[in-house]
Amino acid sequence: MSFGAENAPHPSASRASPSPRERGEGWGEGQSSDRRALIYWSGFSVVVALLIIAPLVLPEFWRRFLTEILIWGLLAMSSDLLIGYTGMVSFGHSAFFGLGMYGAAAALLWFEPPSLWLAIPCGLIAAAAVAGFVAYFSTRLRDIYFAITTLIFSQIFYVVIFTWTEMTGGENGLTFSRPPLAIPGIISVAFDSRTLHWFVLAVVTLSYLILRRVTQSPFGMVLQSIRENETRTRAIGYPIERYKIVAVMLSGLFAGLAGVLYAIQNRFAAPDFVFFLVSGEVVIFNVLGGIGTLVGPIVGAAFFLLLREGFSRFLTEYYLIPLGLVFIAMVIFVPQGLLGFARRWLNQ
Amino acid sequence: MYIPFDQLLIQTINGVVTGMILALVASGLTLIFGIMDVVNFAHGELFMLGAYVGVIALAATGDFWVALAAASVTIALLGAAIYLTTLRPLLGRDPLTTILATFGVSLVLQNYALWQFGPVARKIQQPFTGQFTLFYLDYPWYRLAIALISAGIIGALWLFLKYGTFGIWIRATTQDRVMAQAMGIPVPWVLMAVFAIGAAMAGASGVLFGPLAGVNPTMGLDWILRAFIVVVVGGMGNLAGSVAAAILISLLEAYASLWVSPAQAVIVSFVVLILTLLFRPTGLFVATPK
Repeated sequence: MSFGAENAPHPSASRASPSPRERGEGWGEGQSSDRRALIYWSGFSVVVALLIIAPLVLPEFWRRFLTEILIWGLLAMSSDLLIGYTGMVSFGHSAFFGLGMYGAAAALLWFEPPSLWLAIPCGLIAAAAVAGFVAYFSTRLRDIYFAITTLIFSQIFYVVIFTWTEMTGGENGLTFSRPPLAIPGIISVAFDSRTLHWFVLAVVTLSYLILRRVTQSPFGMVLQSIRENETRTRAIGYPIERYKIVAVMLSGLFAGLAGVLYAIQNRFAAPDFVFFLVSGEVVIFNVLGGIGTLVGPIVGAAFFLLLREGFSRFLTEYYLIPLGLVFIAMVIFVPQGLLGFARRWLNQ
Repeated sequence: MYIPFDQLLIQTINGVVTGMILALVASGLTLIFGIMDVVNFAHGELFMLGAYVGVIALAATGDFWVALAAASVTIALLGAAIYLTTLRPLLGRDPLTTILATFGVSLVLQNYALWQFGPVARKIQQPFTGQFTLFYLDYPWYRLAIALISAGIIGALWLFLKYGTFGIWIRATTQDRVMAQAMGIPVPWVLMAVFAIGAAMAGASGVLFGPLAGVNPTMGLDWILRAFIVVVVGGMGNLAGSVAAAILISLLEAYASLWVSPAQAVIVSFVVLILTLLFRPTGLFVATPK
């Protein structure tokens, strides 16, 4: 999946390592941009085609597993917009994810009959509202202060959800039934693990394309310029606070979408998903896969979940010990992540 | 709403007691940040492991004070080991990478504790069981002793930083790492010692807190959050500010829990944080920034 090299967004040199990265070396040089676009889109189609075929050949367990990777990948991708492109490490994505989940849950429980097309906007509105609130306060701060503030904000929502038992079910969370995949008046099928996978795949692919477009737009360029040099960006005349708020809200929106998908897949919403350890895992996905690449976080999520699956066979619930060690080693030795490492290796 | 005076007084004392423990945790955190530019996400886990070392040492020796010393020393050594293996390669990189690395450390330590000690809470016996009558309550002397011991440790740290040779080295390193190195101060050792001291303070506060509530593998999560709030409210790297903020926040939480459940009282400290960020983003107890 290392075809995101087309525009080779600088994997945040300031963050991952002090030395400038080999930007676009090898891939770019000597190749026309048409050729690179061709390579990119053919790679993209192959991966999507493989993911479409996958549920037909995989057994039930791995089918669900793949769907889960895509959902966590979407969440990680949404936070990459902040971490990789704007240079703001968010430790609060669990709040957006969780509120998307609870928003969808509320829509599915309150409205009869439960409808997918009500659940998605409700989840998105909840996540966007929270993201707006968090963004308004936290974007006043930079670097580690931003990270700590987003973390504490996500804990506010955790405490509210955990203690507001009448509304959110408290510790037990909410359970609900899965809505059918319906286009009103045309078709209505119940979700099984295959159609669910295709639905998730469609949403994630679309989100990826939108996020990719965003990062290449003038808006995305300003975000990357904030990452590289905030003072200078301000001096040029961009209202960076507004850009940051919009970036956090956009990121929160996609995180909320991931939450809606997760709620639909698992048919429950629980406060555990709002706890800040989930945000930490999201950051881990990003670092493992490679920040500032959008595809990297999905690779990171896949790598993390596979490792977790592998380790938990031997170590049951203590799988986080070896995973934590792998993560620390990656932070120290491979700060550009798996994708960046693969790219460098291919260039040699 | 009528609140009797006695309850208010009891909550004031409770607030100061937990505030002093929190101050001890937070001053270790802020010391490490101020000097090394490292945000130690694993600080809560050092607190938790300190409490566990205390449990083990207490079972082995039966003496609370030996357990306190053993926990401080063990956690200081652990801190030095974490510094050497994880943080030293990251010095000079973006401080954010240290958050990531120490987050990894905290996951490892927390799950190690879960694996080693199990999820059931352990108990540390109070070193002395005397009580005095506070209105209708039998208030244990131990709680007051905690506040005094914490104040003593923080005071000792302050004196050490102010007058001790090594303390002066530490302050010199904070001000200008390169110049300190040029003057012959062994900067890498100073940094390691700072991390070890911060860790020891976390370990000691874990043992002190142990008798008040159970010791369990996830207790660190709660404390690291509160310590982060304190450190941001007090101003990153500002020792006196952290102590003041710790007491302020603990008092407010103690008063709030007169009306709402303790789980919801945490929200008060979040509100303090939000207000601080709105009006004094560099911290309540820091001179107004330019």
